[in-house]
Amino acid sequence: MSMLEKTLGWVDDRFPLTKLWKEHLSEYYAPKNFNFWYFFGSLALMMLVMQILTGIWLTMSYKPDAETAFASVEFIMRDVEWGWLIRYLHSTGASAFFIVVYLHMYRGIIYGSYKQPRELIWLFGMFIYLALMAEAFMGYLLPWGQMSFWGAQVIVNLFGAVPFVGEELAIWIRGDFVVGDATLNRFFALHVVALPIVLLGLVVAHIIALHEVGSNNPDGVEIKKNKGADGIPVDGIPFHPYYSVKDIVGVIVFLFFFCAIVFFAPELGGWFLEKDNFVPANPLQTPEHIVPLWYFTPFYAILRAIPPMFSSQFPGVIAMGMAIVVLFLLPWLDRSSVKSVRYRGAIYKIALAIFVISFVALGWLGTQPATPTYTNYARVFTGLYFMFFILMPWFTKIDKTKPVPERVTSK
Amino acid sequence: MKKIIIALVMVSLSSLVHAAGGKIHLDEANIDLTDKASLQRGAKLFTNYCLNCHAASFMRYNRMGKDLGISDKLVEENLIFSDDKVGDLMKVAMTTEDGGAWFGTPPPDLSVIARAKGSGDLGANWLYTYFRSFYVDEKRPFGANNTVFKDVGMPHVLWELQGMQKLLNAEEVAKGAAPEFALVSTGSMTADEYDTAARDLTNFLVYVGEPSKLKRLALGGWVLAFLFFFFFVAYAMKKEYWKDIH
Repeated sequence: MSMLEKTLGWVDDRFPLTKLWKEHLSEYYAPKNFNFWYFFGSLALMMLVMQILTGIWLTMSYKPDAETAFASVEFIMRDVEWGWLIRYLHSTGASAFFIVVYLHMYRGIIYGSYKQPRELIWLFGMFIYLALMAEAFMGYLLPWGQMSFWGAQVIVNLFGAVPFVGEELAIWIRGDFVVGDATLNRFFALHVVALPIVLLGLVVAHIIALHEVGSNNPDGVEIKKNKGADGIPVDGIPFHPYYSVKDIVGVIVFLFFFCAIVFFAPELGGWFLEKDNFVPANPLQTPEHIVPLWYFTPFYAILRAIPPMFSSQFPGVIAMGMAIVVLFLLPWLDRSSVKSVRYRGAIYKIALAIFVISFVALGWLGTQPATPTYTNYARVFTGLYFMFFILMPWFTKIDKTKPVPERVTSK
Repeated sequence: MKKIIIALVMVSLSSLVHAAGGKIHLDEANIDLTDKASLQRGAKLFTNYCLNCHAASFMRYNRMGKDLGISDKLVEENLIFSDDKVGDLMKVAMTTEDGGAWFGTPPPDLSVIARAKGSGDLGANWLYTYFRSFYVDEKRPFGANNTVFKDVGMPHVLWELQGMQKLLNAEEVAKGAAPEFALVSTGSMTADEYDTAARDLTNFLVYVGEPSKLKRLALGGWVLAFLFFFFFVAYAMKKEYWKDIH
């Protein structure tokens, strides 16, 4: 027995290292027919790690103080060795994280990965998405630019729209009557300590739940129903090495595009770093258009689409909240007998197309000034967005599905 | 059916795309960050004309010197007009309160002004056009206005270089047309010389906005080249492992 094996044995007697390795990597059997859409889960994990690492290094030089925050970011950009790279990796990483997560969620939708028995994986995932939105929102305040300040001001004011307790609630969240030093400090604490812990815990739960029931696949076939004499699914292959080597290829392709933005267009024409955020926060001067960063704009468009009632914005706030809540309910709204879009009928495909178009259109409208024309468009797309969920129990039931094969298909 | 719906939505979306408001006419700055002579001339203009009221308080003198190929000694002798040391930040003595009282609004810090005026070339174009668009306006406290920045609080600091000009087509400019100017008094520079000076100053401000930009662009090529190469290695490895999966 070599020294290494002895050490491993010693550890295994005290901690299930080999057992964990096998359960989650070398003997975790994933369907062999994963396609393009299956890269985004591991990419999301990589983005989480990248954000945490670059975040730790940013924290070493960043100052959560309204007087010095803006300057400390520029200090990082100029005087800290490689600070500009760490900062761009983090700022581009935030947007990239959302791109990856949106594509990952879309994968879950088109292949019915939220359906029985994977409802909990979906729920954990939705909580990750929620935590990620909070994480991004609070992180966005930290550079203390004009858009940081006014974006936070607008969003926190939404809580002020809650009947009766709203005003008190908004003050409690800000720790002040306006967004100020107290707000910046607590957002910093939540952004760098509280929410990352929540995110990591949820990601672990997400993966444990996934490995308990096993991965879905583009055919929506349960590979565990078809096991060989050795008890291994016939259509399953060990995650490591097969998917670890495949995911490396995905990581490189992803990093190619990611680094192209980091090195050649970190502002991405104002989509990733807005010009107004190169102006220090000024409570006395409102920017021309206050818009959240692109990943929030679909929900922002829904918020603005709903007209105020009794001079209260509350209905819009409710609609925005509901737009996220309905996503949680997907596993129970979908009554189809098949999982994958491959074996669903025309009605579902049309509904899905309308949903995707509505989501993208809302995202675009959320970046534009709310002119009457745009608001009307936003109302139409908001209606279509909710219709997808409200009518889902009905259209998934009457939809003509195709027979699902016994085994997974290749390509 | 699906195609019809997509087509309908596309048509309705395309009708969304129309200009949201009057745009300000901007000229192309055509700056070159690798042109050190231009950056040095820009630094001279900046420290002589801007750095009295405007700070660039995130930028250090010696960093500028290092990047622009100016020795610490030359920076100290020619570009620092205060008691500042060469390692200091480019600050000004004027307080925000005084600036606000004297000009109506405090002169903004110029460290990242080129980035605040727009991403890509937009910021540079804005600054370049701004420097060349001051015109006589007796209604303004300092006798000058600007077509790019209406009712700007700042006087035309570079007037002794450019001279003063008047705006010929105020009404058309309000509708988004390109302004036309005519000199009413001459400065020490010809029109072409002044354009070059404005370009140099713009170039310098773009540099100050992100001193690491050239390093970033240079490194980016290598990073992408590495990833491109590594892709084939990783892909070959994936192929090798997967050849027994059917």
